[in-house]
Amino acid sequence: MSSFWSWWIIVLTLGTLVGIAILLKWNMNNFTDVEEGESMGHEFDGIIELNNPLPTWWTVLFWLCLAWGLLYLILYPGLGNFKGLLGWQSSNQHVLSLEESQQAVIDAREAGLNIEYDRELARADAVYGPIFQQYASMDIEAIAEDRGALRIGQRLFLQNCAQCHGSDARGSLGFPNLTDGIFSWGGSAENIYTTLMEGRKAQMPAFLDQLGEQGITEVASYVLSLSGRSVDRDLARAGEQRFAVCAACHGQDGKGNIALGSPDLTNNVWLYGGSQRAVEETLRYGRNGVMPRWDEILGEDKVKILSGYVLSLSAEE
Amino acid sequence: MSKNKHEKVEKHVGWLAVLAIVAISIGGLVEITPLLFQKQVQEPVRDLKPYTALQLEGRDIYIREGCVGCHSQMIRPFRAETERYGHYSVAGESVWEHPFLWGSKRTGPDLARVGERYSDEWHYVHLMNPRAVVPESNMPGYPWLAENTLDGKLTARKMRAFQTLGVPYTDEDIEGAQAEVQGKTEMEALIAYLQSLGTALR
Repeated sequence: MSSFWSWWIIVLTLGTLVGIAILLKWNMNNFTDVEEGESMGHEFDGIIELNNPLPTWWTVLFWLCLAWGLLYLILYPGLGNFKGLLGWQSSNQHVLSLEESQQAVIDAREAGLNIEYDRELARADAVYGPIFQQYASMDIEAIAEDRGALRIGQRLFLQNCAQCHGSDARGSLGFPNLTDGIFSWGGSAENIYTTLMEGRKAQMPAFLDQLGEQGITEVASYVLSLSGRSVDRDLARAGEQRFAVCAACHGQDGKGNIALGSPDLTNNVWLYGGSQRAVEETLRYGRNGVMPRWDEILGEDKVKILSGYVLSLSAEE
Repeated sequence: MSKNKHEKVEKHVGWLAVLAIVAISIGGLVEITPLLFQKQVQEPVRDLKPYTALQLEGRDIYIREGCVGCHSQMIRPFRAETERYGHYSVAGESVWEHPFLWGSKRTGPDLARVGERYSDEWHYVHLMNPRAVVPESNMPGYPWLAENTLDGKLTARKMRAFQTLGVPYTDEDIEGAQAEVQGKTEMEALIAYLQSLGTALR
């Protein structure tokens, strides 16, 4: 802050405090010709105004407020560039990037600055750091069996994952159920961890141009037959002839491919609905499922615990 | 007339008004005016980009639908907030906001860093009917956003107005504004805006 604005604040603030004090002191004098406790000469409906002084409790409170204000301005930053005797600061508001923010925390620690937010994080780290450290050295499979870790995992899940996958983790139309043990991108500990850290982008192309309306109906019928659904046999047989375009991702047998995130079509689990109509819509317009990446938001340690939690969900059934 | 000097103020409403305004304005003079000249509120964070034409229209829909009434865009520097929402908001993120939408009411969660947190598809489903994905939600649905399309007639003028306020739009940005927006639904615009929130500092 330039020294002009610094002095602007100091003069106005202290000037106001002093002005108020003078005004208060001045108002304690009796400037009227009327004795204390006598009538001021106003009367309305039998109510008389007496010349009473300011109540003592009120004036005392006022002086205390002024004293409190001064004390506060001495201890905390309030008077322009004066940082206060405590050197207290709420956070590093001047940072312009995440790197600067991280650097500012280090700089403040080295300079012994009193930054409230940094101190709060340091206190939390002292308490929770060892707990996370303990899980950081464990396998995800072991985390999935650890009750303490699962309790943390559940909270992280409700905070960050439930918005899409539901608070019961059973998902909804377009958002995968995590409890059925079926994972398009793989259900092993490493697969789940990678999905969480890096996110996933599924790309089911639109096939309307290539297959035409008739072709869409045929392929949908064949796809439904893969999971043993009763379909029109002629349509399904025709669809089978066209299935080669699907096999590139879903495999000749329709079992899918976790490397591509292409779902198994034979298990009767349908992310976007398993009716003839829903499957046709998927074929017609394509689907673009997105799992966001969480590495930056949550960090490795928490993602690891979450992976364990998700793994434990799928192991239940 | 007594010697009571206080009566000059007490019995003349003009003086009372003038002195009351003086007393009240001191707070603003101390807390607001110096801030207008601080580097901290003028310097954008490193990765800050002006809203694209579509995001800008989405922002206006955010304002029109009153989202700010239930969602703040201001993460305070407390661990309880940063654990949930991400890095606390800094002044440099809001230098091109006119008006800012920090809000003060959190019936729903803070949205300062909701950008890129969920997929576009999720936002679509959620805005159509929030209970389709979050059964516990009490947020209203906004299905008409998917039906209303934008004509973009005023987009360029809005951007020009922001330009005069110091937002670094180039003339090419403004020329292409209508074409970028025209025919898009309000839903697309709002989602584009939401997906941009808070991404400049992460």
